[in-house]
Amino acid sequence: MNLTLKIWRQKNATSKGRFVTYQVNDISTSSSFLEMMDVLNESLVIKGEDPVAFDHDCREGICGACSMYINGHPHGPDKAVTTCQLHMRKFKDGDTIVIEPWRARPFPVLKDLIVDRTAFDKIIQAGGYISVNTGGIPDANAIPIPKVNADLSMDAAACIGCGACVAACKNASAMLFASAKVSQFALLPQGRIEASERVQAMVAEMDKQGFGNCTNTGACEAECPKEISISNIARMNREFLSAKVCAPKVKEQSGGGI
Amino acid sequence: MALTYSSVTKKIIMALAGLFLISFLIVHLSINLLLLFDSSRESFNVAARFMATNPVIQVMQIVLFGGFILHILVGIILQIQNWMARPTRYKIEGYSQSSFFSKFMIHTGAVILAFLVIHLFNFFFKAKFGEMPEVMIDGTLMEDMGLLVIEKFKEFPYVLMYLVWLLFLGFHLDHAFHSALQSLGLNHSKYTPLAFGLSRALAILIAGGFILIPVVIYVTQ
Amino acid sequence: MAELNSKIPKGPLPQKWTDYKAHTNLVNPANKRRLEIIVVGTGLAGASAAASLAELGFKVKNYCYQDSPRRAHSIAAQGGINAAKNYQNDGDSVYRLFYDTIKGGDYRAREANVHRLAEVSNSIIDQCVAQGVPFAREYGGLLDNRSFGGAQVSRTFYARGQTGQQLLLGAYSALSRQVKKGNVELFARHEMLDVVVVEGRARGIIVRNLVTGAIERHAAHAVVLATGGYGNVFFLSTNAMGSNATAIWKAHKRGAYFGNPCFTQIHPTCIPVHGDFQSKLTLMSESLRNDGRIWVPKKKEDAENIRHGKLLPTQIAEEDRDYYLERRYPAFGNLVPRDVASRAAKERCDAGFGVGETGLAVYLDFSDSINRLGKGVIESRYGNLFQMYEKIVDENPYKTPMMIYPAVHYTMGGLWVDYELMTTVPGLFAIGEANFSDHGANRLGASALMQGLADGYFVLPYTIQNYLSDQIRVPKFSPDLPEFIQTEKEATGRLQRLLNIKGNQTVDSFHKRLGLIMWDNVGMGRNEAGLKKAIVEIAKLREEFWKDVKIPGTNNEINPELEKAGRVADFLELGELMARDALNRNESCGGHFREEYQTPEGEALRNDEEFKYAAAWEYTGENSEPELNREALDYEFVEVKQRNYK
Repeated sequence: MNLTLKIWRQKNATSKGRFVTYQVNDISTSSSFLEMMDVLNESLVIKGEDPVAFDHDCREGICGACSMYINGHPHGPDKAVTTCQLHMRKFKDGDTIVIEPWRARPFPVLKDLIVDRTAFDKIIQAGGYISVNTGGIPDANAIPIPKVNADLSMDAAACIGCGACVAACKNASAMLFASAKVSQFALLPQGRIEASERVQAMVAEMDKQGFGNCTNTGACEAECPKEISISNIARMNREFLSAKVCAPKVKEQSGGGI
Repeated sequence: MALTYSSVTKKIIMALAGLFLISFLIVHLSINLLLLFDSSRESFNVAARFMATNPVIQVMQIVLFGGFILHILVGIILQIQNWMARPTRYKIEGYSQSSFFSKFMIHTGAVILAFLVIHLFNFFFKAKFGEMPEVMIDGTLMEDMGLLVIEKFKEFPYVLMYLVWLLFLGFHLDHAFHSALQSLGLNHSKYTPLAFGLSRALAILIAGGFILIPVVIYVTQ
Repeated sequence: MAELNSKIPKGPLPQKWTDYKAHTNLVNPANKRRLEIIVVGTGLAGASAAASLAELGFKVKNYCYQDSPRRAHSIAAQGGINAAKNYQNDGDSVYRLFYDTIKGGDYRAREANVHRLAEVSNSIIDQCVAQGVPFAREYGGLLDNRSFGGAQVSRTFYARGQTGQQLLLGAYSALSRQVKKGNVELFARHEMLDVVVVEGRARGIIVRNLVTGAIERHAAHAVVLATGGYGNVFFLSTNAMGSNATAIWKAHKRGAYFGNPCFTQIHPTCIPVHGDFQSKLTLMSESLRNDGRIWVPKKKEDAENIRHGKLLPTQIAEEDRDYYLERRYPAFGNLVPRDVASRAAKERCDAGFGVGETGLAVYLDFSDSINRLGKGVIESRYGNLFQMYEKIVDENPYKTPMMIYPAVHYTMGGLWVDYELMTTVPGLFAIGEANFSDHGANRLGASALMQGLADGYFVLPYTIQNYLSDQIRVPKFSPDLPEFIQTEKEATGRLQRLLNIKGNQTVDSFHKRLGLIMWDNVGMGRNEAGLKKAIVEIAKLREEFWKDVKIPGTNNEINPELEKAGRVADFLELGELMARDALNRNESCGGHFREEYQTPEGEALRNDEEFKYAAAWEYTGENSEPELNREALDYEFVEVKQRNYK
């Protein structure tokens, strides 16, 4: 199939970008979207032009590196896939495809379609963990966990941190990402212990990074390649509310290990 | 103040204020509907007098104003932050399977607010500070609020204006009830689908109920 | 040739690790704060090591080429992680896990290492559960297990088809906690270009900031490489696009011996290749073999008709199907180890029974299981895998059998390390897939995750202290030492040289050609003539590469082509060493199958007399042949015999 591509090109973080139109021909319908991009880049390199830079790594839909906003949708028109698992059979011969980077203030463009998603790491660093050191741990079966909760926790934990939720949200909100991590731990007895501190710290960091607010629109859920549910956002709101209302006043950071 | 609150806190404030405003709308609508079921306007006028004089209601009136202002102010702050979070817009914005009217809450809200000011001048301030026709009911002389309403809705431009306004209120309400529950964390796999239905039903009933009044009055009078 | 000292502790096998821990030197807390450790890589091994070392109090610097540590390729592991918990009461034990792993590795791994691995396996599960890894559970709330190839017990813990992801996110969260505490400094989008050796010890690394292109010098008291395997030497593999051998290859050129480079694992259940444009292969978890039955048509004409699209697999009658694994290996059936399953598939396809357009595919059929258990059960077990298959192949595996074919997946070989996981360069450690230690000639399913986390959480944090205990008086290193400046100059020079070639062919085109040479000659079946040919061809290709590669752009920007070029340049050297090692090993064992050495039934024929050793190759310079060192493998506790899965 032959396609027209309109791709956002931007030399680096400080330069102004623009759309450039390219033509690609003889693309196999069974190739993936990124393999189509490979074909384009190969031809650009041969012509001595700068190939289009984009993030990608595992190409199995799990690492969360790929991040293209294709024809108005993060990861393109197909449901529940990442860009690397989007296949060209979802397009028609002669289509024009517009490819943009994720757009959000906390995700500045570094080059072409590559954005900096360090803000997500910062949210996790603020509290997206259970504070246990290696070793000195009870047996794995010491605390039974209801299967329902373990499954719900796994549903939330399936998040790959790609940022499609932020890209899809009209407010560039990171609520789905943050709430997935909050939920994963809040549903497990191991994670309940510091659930209150966690949710407050993560929400504070999310705001600090400059993400927008949640309007409960549900675009994040609809575009999430891992189909993370916005019920996680409700759970985070609930955790946050009860933390704010019920948690006792404590002195900041007494103890807490190394 | 509201600027330093976290995003989730602000959403909780929006939700609580919003739910309170919905409860006000329901009370308001129930009283208004009295006009349609009692052509003598007696029950409507009694209720209106109660609302205007009862001390508890007077306090609630202040709370209601507070609620409005909070809902509007926090809403504007949230929206500004949201715009700031995406300085560069997309060339093509696709339509995601999602709550449609949720994307236009600031717009429908602005329309509602604009008409609200006119509405307050038409009725609320007139009743509070202006000259009012009076009527005797059960030996008490009271303001004939009902007459004021009926006179107003004999004029076509007003009816049209209210029709538009209330439609926007309906749009706004479509993404109100369930969204408030979501913001408050009241979510349940069994009942949340019901909340969506309830939300839409509320939007239709409230907006529809309110629309019914000017339309029926205009048509019958 | 240097003396190889594997430093295996004395004493009975089950006591070795306990004794080692009891007597090893430690570093006291005050001194730990003054010691810096560089960890390269943030996969299971790297992230778990960086987090654990930081928890102990060391100052850790952690590097990855991805934009976030969470994206390391461990994330793509699907099936599960082994542990000898015996929760199923099916007769499992530390010894049995040890034995299965040694046997699965075709008796080419070190007993002491493997036993230690089996010992700490249970702690890994405990640790992960405490971190909030949502493993699959039974209705009673306890952990569930599934079975995997090469074992007769169910000892594999799993989190749907995303076990690697969940374990990695567990390690990543522990790492993130230490970043927040200021004990780990994170360098994402940084690629290691070389190791700096000062007075015979590893003292730092040279990295390239992939955003700005800046070449940076970083110093520390010890360097840990957790940079994964080198399967991408084949171009098409299940590795991530960025997975590379640069870190371990540069370490090798600085004096670290390379262990068993030819031991690569070809995974039997991957989605078959379907075109020239293909950039990578996708694995379907081995766990599918629990419920799927592998077959090809019994009759050649059926296979031919299927290839031409004249016949559907569902139209082949039961008696016309050849369930060749069940036929050849009745005891283990579809759950034979990976090397055996892969070779059996190749054998059938080479004999003309293959299916798919190319004839290079076999069926993995779930219809029996769906009839027996219902679609719902199968969906809950493998739903995401089925979905992935359908997205890629555009066929519904609930209705028509999946097509699979073997693909390069894992490299058992890697930097040679002693019992303490230290390479032959003092102060330079290698953990996880980057080392050669625990899997011998073939790795069992669900053991890579186990090894990565064992090394990172429970082994390296002890053994590295034995090295660091005599480094406490060494002050903080300056990256301005002449050795650093010199190594940096070499790294910069190499990049400049690449950019200056300005030839006509793209990096990928070279990589693809290398991959073909490797797959044809150093792949599933190897022979003397092919390997000799490969050595010559790779050398030629390398020469051509350095004359004619075309890399656009400059060094001072994000330049993916330059990144790829550096990696491919290293693969072009490593590939040759793999071929040399395969040529040297005149036997078949595990994933290394030399066609000249097989039993009449076509099984691998080992030669324990001559080759019961780990090959540790020493780099001797650009234009001289590498030198082979042998570490004899003494089997004190296990009787070495021919593997039998019948």
